[in-house]
Parts: sequence; C-alpha cells; structure tokens
Amino acid sequence: MNFENKELKDLLESIRYVYGYDFTDYAEASVRRRILHFMAYKKIEALDEFGKMIVRDEKLFEEFIQVVSVTVTEMFRDPSFYKSLRENVMKRLATYPFIKIWVAGCATGEEVYSIAILLKEEGILNRSVIYATDINQKSLQIAKEGVYAVENMKSHTANYQKAGGIESFSDYYKAKYNSVMFDKSLKQNIVFSPHNLAVDKSFNEFQFIICRNVLIYFNQQLQNKVINLFYESLCTFGFLGLGSKESLLFSEKRKKFEETDRKEKIFIKTE
Amino acid sequence: MLGEKIKYKAIVIGASAGGLLALSTLLEIIPSNYAIPIIIVQHRSKEPRGLLEEILQSKCNVKIKQVDEKEKIENGIVYIAPPDYHLLIENDFTFSLSVDEPIRFSRPSIDVLFESAATAYKGNLIGIILTGTNNDGMLGIQSIAANNGLTIVQEPEEARFPTMPLAAIHTKKVKHILTLAEIQTFLLEINTD
Repeated sequence: MNFENKELKDLLESIRYVYGYDFTDYAEASVRRRILHFMAYKKIEALDEFGKMIVRDEKLFEEFIQVVSVTVTEMFRDPSFYKSLRENVMKRLATYPFIKIWVAGCATGEEVYSIAILLKEEGILNRSVIYATDINQKSLQIAKEGVYAVENMKSHTANYQKAGGIESFSDYYKAKYNSVMFDKSLKQNIVFSPHNLAVDKSFNEFQFIICRNVLIYFNQQLQNKVINLFYESLCTFGFLGLGSKESLLFSEKRKKFEETDRKEKIFIKTE
Repeated sequence: MLGEKIKYKAIVIGASAGGLLALSTLLEIIPSNYAIPIIIVQHRSKEPRGLLEEILQSKCNVKIKQVDEKEKIENGIVYIAPPDYHLLIENDFTFSLSVDEPIRFSRPSIDVLFESAATAYKGNLIGIILTGTNNDGMLGIQSIAANNGLTIVQEPEEARFPTMPLAAIHTKKVKHILTLAEIQTFLLEINTD
C-alpha cells in the first residue's frame, strides 16, 4: 500500500485546517511511514478513507498525534556532546545569576534529566530553570514522571561516564521493580509544557536552547523558521545545541551564530 | 545480463553481521565514476562514528560518504547510513534521517531505507540483501518488488551468516540469488549500459 505526494499533502492540509496541527512542512518520507504504520495498526486500508475518518473523529486524531510524533532517545545520547557541554558551555552558563534553558522537542525526557545532572554537578541547578517542551502530550507525561525501564540503565550509566561523569550515577535515581525514578531534586527546576515548534511562538529568553534530532523531521523551510524562533528566543551569546547530524545550513541566520564545537553541533549566537 | 533493459537509477544494499567483508568485496571493484548512487544500511554499533566509512574508503576507489541530513543524492557516490538513525529517501531524491524507534532492534533499519527508496525510485531501483543474523530487509524486498524494482540476495551458502538472505528469499519476491562474485559482475554490467 502506498500513496502519492498529492494525496499526502491533501491529508496533511485537512489536518492542519481542522485541528491546527501543521505537518505540511515535515520531511515527507517519515510522515508517510508513520501514517502507513498507523493505518495498518487501525486496519484502515485506503488513504482517502483514513482522511475522511480523521477529520470527523477527534479521538482518532488524538491517538494519531500520539503515535505519529513519538521519537526515541536515551540519556546522554552522544556522550561526546555532553562532554563538550561540560567543557565549553557550563562555565559560561554559570556566569549568569539566573539561568534559563529550553529543551525543545524533549520527547520522553531522557535528555532533560541529562542536562539537569550536568547543571547539578556544576553547582548551578538551583538557579536554573529548564523549560522542557514537546508536541506529544503522552511523551511529556512520561518525561514529567521521570520513570524509565531499568534495563536501559546500564547503557545510560555507560553514556554518563563517557560524557565525563564521575559521580555514582545510581545516586540520581531510585530503582523499584523494573523501573527507576529520577530524584526529585533534579525535577524541581524543570517545567514541562506542550509546545509545537511548527506553529507556536517564542515564550521566553534563554541562555541555552537544546533541540536535538527534531529538525531532521522538518523540511528546509520549516528548519529555517524554527532556527529563527530559536534565534529570537536566545540572548546574545546564548548557546544552541543541535543533533549530531543537524546543521544551520538551511537557516538564513547561520551567519549570526559561531561554532563553539563544530563536531558536536554547539553554536553561540554572536549578534 | 541479468536485469531487463531498464534504466536503473539507484542501488540500495542491506547488510548486517559479516557485512563489512561482503561490502568491501563488492565495493572495491566499483569505479570512481560509477553511473548511479549506491546507498547502504549496515547494522552498526553507535560508535565510533566514522570508522565503517574509513575502513571501506581505504579499500575502494569510489567515494564513500556517511549521509548528511537533507543531502542531495548524487551519482557515483556510495552513501552509508549514520549510526543510530534511520535513513530515508525523499521523493525529490534527497536523504532524510529519523530517530523513530528501532525496528527489530535495528536503527538504521534496512526495511526503512528500502521501503522509502521503493517509493521514490519505483521500478528503477535495485535492492540487494547480504549476510546477516536477523530478518531485517524482508519487508523492504517486498516493497521493491511491488514497485517493479529488481531484487537480489546473496547466495545463503556463501554468506557468512545466512539468516538474513534466507529471510529475504522466503518472501518469494527475490529475482536473483547470486554469489558476491556474480553480484560484482552484475554491478559492472549495468554500469556499461
């Protein structure tokens, strides 16, 4: 089963019109894959049938949103990125009396807690606020609870150590049955909130914005628009951290940033 | 000549355990001015990030490149999926990446690449499954066949790990079962057309 670009565009356009969720500037191959997946799961065979159902049935749409916007990450994903944050970003953040950080597209929160741990170890968590946002409410709920499967902790711990962590990682969580829960002290300065990068506006000014492996889902126009949003939301000399395969290549603002760490995709807003 | 008279526009290759040796065997004969792109998913660990590309490049004349996000696909380049991302092909023949959940424990997944490639290239695509210990690529091979592309699988008896070739053959959508030497010949033949 497959469908043409035009049919896909029409479907995304009607979703935008009816629900205000805009996927029209998403990279098509992933959206197509996720829609096909959802249709197979719901045993819906034709795209036009699906299109008719989804604009009428809000419940189905809610379910669709939860399924189509799920991404999977881990704590200290790409440890060298976090190592670079320790070396190149944390000391600079420490010079601010009050630190505001935005984790945009935080998914299920693993990277949010990773950042909180870095801040704590730098001794600046208590004067920081982390705004963690995502389009997917279900993911946000998981992020808020901070409860993760115990079987992933081994690799999370290894990542933490590779990222330059020297504390005992298990001090940051309590294990219970097959899950672990991250410590309250990490959570108290995190604000979890829904935010849709494709349509929502800037809501604060930050010294550091982290948005990793979210831009890869957007086409060039939307990437440009979102980088503009980050640019507006950063103070001068604020930092921007992207995913290891992402860049500012498609952004008209690329000259207004300098590379703090080229390989780890950490940028600083210079004008 | 194994394929019918079709103008192929791209080759996708999926490999898992044992893949490095099989891939270098295939790629070392590819000339640097090869007529079409070759796009590869090799199941790999998350790091080091560029080791696979470096090893292959040291043995090959053709340019070997880890894919960058939104990169335009060009002829004569061998593209490798980056570790820990799915690789997809857009209908405008650019690459995109995703961090959707691993499929059968694999990210990158061969199925994800093959299915999106079949959508983009339709009948002008060649898909090849090499050695491996799981059944990734089964769905991808079916997609390529359904879009009238050409499907090839490494002879399981020759493959270091036959499970993945056998799984692909099991779909009954495989056109040719070939040894690496035969695949080499085929890759050079389509280049002269």
